[in-house]
Amino acid sequence: MSWWTPQVTAIFWGMFQALVILLGVVLLGAVLTVVERRFLGLWQDRYGPNRVGPFGTLQLVADMLKIFFKEDWIPPFASRGLFLLAPILAFASLLLSFLIIPITPGWGVADMHIGLLFFFALAGINVYSVLLGGWASGNKYALLGALRASAQTLSYEVFMGLSLMGVVAMAGSFNMRDIVAAQENLWFIIPQFFGFITFLFAGVAVTHRHPFDQPEAEQELADGYHIEYSGMKFGMFFIGEYVGMVLVSALIVTLFFGGWHGPLLPPFVWFALKTSGFLLLFMLLRAALPRPRYDRVMSFGWKVCLPLTLINLLATGAVMLWVGA
Amino acid sequence: MDRNKHPIIDTAYRLVPATGSLLRTLGTVFMHGFRKRETVSYPEESVYLPPRYRGRIILTRDPDGEERCVACNLCAVACPVDCISLQKGEMDDGRWYPEWFRINFSRCIYCGMCEEACPTSAIQLTPDFEMGEYDRQQLVYEKEDLLINGPGKDHDYHFYKVAGMAIGGKDKGQAKDEEAPEDVRTLLP
Repeated sequence: MSWWTPQVTAIFWGMFQALVILLGVVLLGAVLTVVERRFLGLWQDRYGPNRVGPFGTLQLVADMLKIFFKEDWIPPFASRGLFLLAPILAFASLLLSFLIIPITPGWGVADMHIGLLFFFALAGINVYSVLLGGWASGNKYALLGALRASAQTLSYEVFMGLSLMGVVAMAGSFNMRDIVAAQENLWFIIPQFFGFITFLFAGVAVTHRHPFDQPEAEQELADGYHIEYSGMKFGMFFIGEYVGMVLVSALIVTLFFGGWHGPLLPPFVWFALKTSGFLLLFMLLRAALPRPRYDRVMSFGWKVCLPLTLINLLATGAVMLWVGA
Repeated sequence: MDRNKHPIIDTAYRLVPATGSLLRTLGTVFMHGFRKRETVSYPEESVYLPPRYRGRIILTRDPDGEERCVACNLCAVACPVDCISLQKGEMDDGRWYPEWFRINFSRCIYCGMCEEACPTSAIQLTPDFEMGEYDRQQLVYEKEDLLINGPGKDHDYHFYKVAGMAIGGKDKGQAKDEEAPEDVRTLLP
């Protein structure tokens, strides 16, 4: 067994970690579809799905059976290649971003020095899924949804990048592990409060969830960009949305709430607790807030969030120079 | 400076109450998680139905245990969807009764017009709605499905005891609060 070197062990361990994280995230995304409906029910004084299995736990199985056996229809007026590509992009881009999330000191897929930039790149690609899906469907509502998505993207992508630059400046690195390590004594939520607020808005917008779900807008656009999708292709859009939710929650925890840092409990428990807290916030936002008009979203992005992030970055830089000097 | 004129101050001025309102909404919705749920888990929990709920239709009997229905057809006439049909029959003592009585519940809209029209309190609606069937024909109820062994909501009413109709054992003028019929010959000039 001369080939079984410590390097080979490390490679297999890394692959095992990647596989576990991949499956864990996809499963969590799937489970969240049911958990969210239960929580929405709770907050609206009703039960939600509680019929299948004890407390509705098997609802997920029923949903999956249903979606697998649905007719997977591609409309004749759709542009076939792009129509097939869009759900793959939607699902894969946000899932790939989990590469950079450090879960515990020992767990995490990749330790990249460009860390955060990788997320920005994939969030940029994720927009194309909505854009292509809406365009390729050959449906006016879908196109309107895609139009809104691109308008919305233009407004939030700019300040999303800027909102995290304060964190990067304070940690002095794009690497996620360095950012977590920099928060050992003080979570970045305190010095970077405005960065946190603006990134929260941008994160909700990235996942196209309430109250920034203008591209979908069930009531006005009859589901927007994925109106023509059915079966598992719709399922990939759907699960992709929840994977995005998990991703943004994990990012917020990593960037502003100290990642795995916390007293007493083991690191993974802290990470999971904080992340589920933000998942709960995502659901609460959906339960509570109405959807603004999409020109309002744009003007909010450009006129409030962008100046706020710029001022935040300037102030951060000034304070760092002051303290450093 | 007029706050409505300067865009930055105006934006800031509007942001503060808007943020407060959003946070208050979030708080209110979150607190709803601790409230009692409005849903009644129906098949496991039974639903409260008021006594005058209009559900499954029954035919009742008078306090003596005789059928109340006198086959007057008023219910069938009052029915807006024509779901009631019956055939009049006559007993040996002169009482009228329905030979058959049929309600098609797949048509019935539970409006209660038949109950209002009934002069003898025979036809009544009950607080029961669990009448689901897989076969539509099963929703056609015959007289033996409709007739119950009791007076229903109207406990004491006994039509033949207050009506002026002569039946076996009770002649004209013998009903409750009824005066004896005038002997028309005494009115002759």
